[in-house]
Amino acid sequence: MSTVAPAVQPASPAADNRPEFEVVTSWKAPIAVGIFTVVAFLLFVAFGREGISTLRLSTSSDLIQLPDLELPTLATGIGISVLLLLITGVSVWMVRSKRRVPIWLISIFAVLFLIGFLVWAAAGETIPVPGLLFGSLSLAVPLIFGALGGVISERVGVVNIAIEGQLLAGAFTSAMVASLTNQPLLGLVAAMFAGVLVSMVLASFSIKYFVDQVIVGVVLNVLVIGLTGFLYSQVMAPNAELLNQPPRFERINIPLLSEIPIIGPVLFRQTMIVYIMYVAVAVVYYGLFHTRWGLRLRSVGEHPQAADTVGINVARTRFWNVSLAGAIVGLGGAYFTLGSVGAFGKEMTAGAGFIALAAVIFGRWDPIRATLAALLFGFASNLQNVLSVIGSPVPSEFMLMLPYVITIAAVAGFVGTSRGPAASGKPYIKS
Amino acid sequence: MSATQGTPTASGTPATPVPEQPSRWNQAFREITTGNAIISVLAVVLALFVGGIMIAFTNDGVQEAAGYFFSRPGDLLREVWNSVSGAYSALFQGSVYNFRRDTFAAGIKPLTETLTFATPLIMAGLGVALGFRVGMFNIGGRGQMLIAAALGGWVGFAVDLPYGLHMVAALVAGVLGGALWGGIVGLLKARTGAHEVITTIMLNYVAFYLVSYLLREGFLKTPGSNNPKSPATKVTAVFPDLLGPTYSLHFGFILAIAATIFTWWLLSRSNLGFQFRAVGLNPHAARVAGISVKRIYVYAMLFSGGMIGLAGINQVLGTTTSGFGAGLDSGIGFDAITVALLGRSKPWGVFAAGILFGAFKAGGFSMQAAEGVPIDIVLVVQSLIVLFIAAPPLVRAIFRLPAPGSAPRRALPNVTQEVAAK
Repeated sequence: MSTVAPAVQPASPAADNRPEFEVVTSWKAPIAVGIFTVVAFLLFVAFGREGISTLRLSTSSDLIQLPDLELPTLATGIGISVLLLLITGVSVWMVRSKRRVPIWLISIFAVLFLIGFLVWAAAGETIPVPGLLFGSLSLAVPLIFGALGGVISERVGVVNIAIEGQLLAGAFTSAMVASLTNQPLLGLVAAMFAGVLVSMVLASFSIKYFVDQVIVGVVLNVLVIGLTGFLYSQVMAPNAELLNQPPRFERINIPLLSEIPIIGPVLFRQTMIVYIMYVAVAVVYYGLFHTRWGLRLRSVGEHPQAADTVGINVARTRFWNVSLAGAIVGLGGAYFTLGSVGAFGKEMTAGAGFIALAAVIFGRWDPIRATLAALLFGFASNLQNVLSVIGSPVPSEFMLMLPYVITIAAVAGFVGTSRGPAASGKPYIKS
Repeated sequence: MSATQGTPTASGTPATPVPEQPSRWNQAFREITTGNAIISVLAVVLALFVGGIMIAFTNDGVQEAAGYFFSRPGDLLREVWNSVSGAYSALFQGSVYNFRRDTFAAGIKPLTETLTFATPLIMAGLGVALGFRVGMFNIGGRGQMLIAAALGGWVGFAVDLPYGLHMVAALVAGVLGGALWGGIVGLLKARTGAHEVITTIMLNYVAFYLVSYLLREGFLKTPGSNNPKSPATKVTAVFPDLLGPTYSLHFGFILAIAATIFTWWLLSRSNLGFQFRAVGLNPHAARVAGISVKRIYVYAMLFSGGMIGLAGINQVLGTTTSGFGAGLDSGIGFDAITVALLGRSKPWGVFAAGILFGAFKAGGFSMQAAEGVPIDIVLVVQSLIVLFIAAPPLVRAIFRLPAPGSAPRRALPNVTQEVAAK
């Protein structure tokens, strides 16, 4: 350290020749936060609704019963709007004093805004909070598996647009194998194989033949939609009793944990696939950032030439890790048929792969953040379902639009400058 | 051909001084067998072959004959031949010429169907190809088509204008709608660096739900109807038929040809097109040369979205004039990507690819009706074609074609080079 200091020292007298040291500040966050605050004031106060909003916090089967939360709609709206205004003020002040707006402040803002919206929408009605969260998690499970696969694949340097195809292939194969063998576990394994198969096509085309990865991904999606659609109409639908009635996973209640108020029933009364997902998120996070495997994987994605120089086989690392990503995404596909829906249908993934891709980018190629992003998207979709039951004050289409608008805002506003792995999407041609 | 590709490695001189000049015919033969055209044809053949295998495997007759293969192997072969040839002849007769009709006028009808299906594919494919040439990946065809149809369609059914003028007004509104939806993407990329793959995918869904809402409660709703469908386009705005009322081919096909010519002119003859290509090949070099890369991103997405908007308005004014729903694009936005890839992002290549895929679409329906082969097989064949074309070494390996001799192996097709150059 001390040997470096003299070398740095001579630079400082020449400071007046250099442009002044400046902290790069971005006004994006305060502007975005400000816009949402204005929306909050308009919605919750100017168009505020009278009445009492009831939030039900417990289900009837819970051991610990929490009382329903009854909030006066308008007063809560005003209170939350004022809080949002305060946060906006803080963020403006932080940027003015050349500091970055911390991510936790924006998270608090988002949560407050969501609560405010929930209370506003539920005027005179009751919203079952555990049900809302439970549905959100079910919708998010395939997204999380997809996002994890996307993170691994992009971190190793292969852009994975084919998540949609891997999900669909996993859903189809798991339905077929589980129906034939009457074993949901075998269906799960088959789904992983199907995901790997799609991944291997992606990997071999992009690594061996240097075809553009985005193009292979897009084409693979079409190929899998065509293949599963063809086989469904030709083989599966005529023999539906034999081939398309998979047994579903049973729900497993984890003792003690499942009795925690609010989150217990949501997180710990789930099927096995969901528990596998918890483990997968933790393992991928730990593996990526705390093991030799993760270090090698990331180095190949960031600077393949350097990785090659120190003796890592770039092509092989990419190939096997992209295949691994496919296996993980395949699990998400199995959740459609063995977890939530219970049978395969044509194009049943309905764009979930693309939302997972958005979660990868929204989550800045980080497994934990991507998981949170996927949860957010699941929440927004399910909020629409719940609100349409109680009679939503906003047209349902706008609620359904919300995750996509949030993603655009996020990509443009909060994570616009975030960068993916440097070598992602670029083929490595060894010279 | 290869000169315009501008492969960076091809600029080196060692390719030219060949010590022994091979005969001209030999040279020409090598060029044909190693060039793009033969790869494209072989890719189509290969994809149809794989499709044939799938048709044969899932055919009931074939499965039955396979059960007693060892006693009468001939049966299996005959069943395979029957199923595959039946399907593909239905595909041909549904897309090019129907031999079962008596007159030529009736027999040629499938070909006009093909051109009708090809029209929006060509238009949208040109839009995607334009994006590719600038190094941008426009997956937002669906959203751009929907917004174009919403704006242009509204002009088409709600405004009263004289014949001809009405059509032009609706066309302009539609193209502007598509350009607007594409322009948002360009603006976001230029201003904030938001990746266009993400924003276009997201805007597809936003447009879908927006148009669904407008059809249900907004200005696109048919008065007195609960169906989420717009009113029919007024007669004054409908595209005229090209070959009379017995054929479905309409003025849109002329527009598709005009759009192809315009795109060709824009890309290879205009100042703006030169800047487009410069940014596509190397944005850093283009910036150094004084081109405002951000401005070009916005312009490119405006043109790309406008071209896809043309496909959207074509559907409303030409193909389904009885009113449209939110499923108007019916996959054209995504098919356009494969069309652009197959056409290698060159205007006339896209034109040819659009007609081929139009033929698959037209023939696919009659194949489904006549032979019971699900139309999804067309998707499989289409995507396989693009996969094979994208990887020339694979096709060469399968057919044992010589690799391009002296010229260095081109690692990537034209499109990918520009996308990768970002």
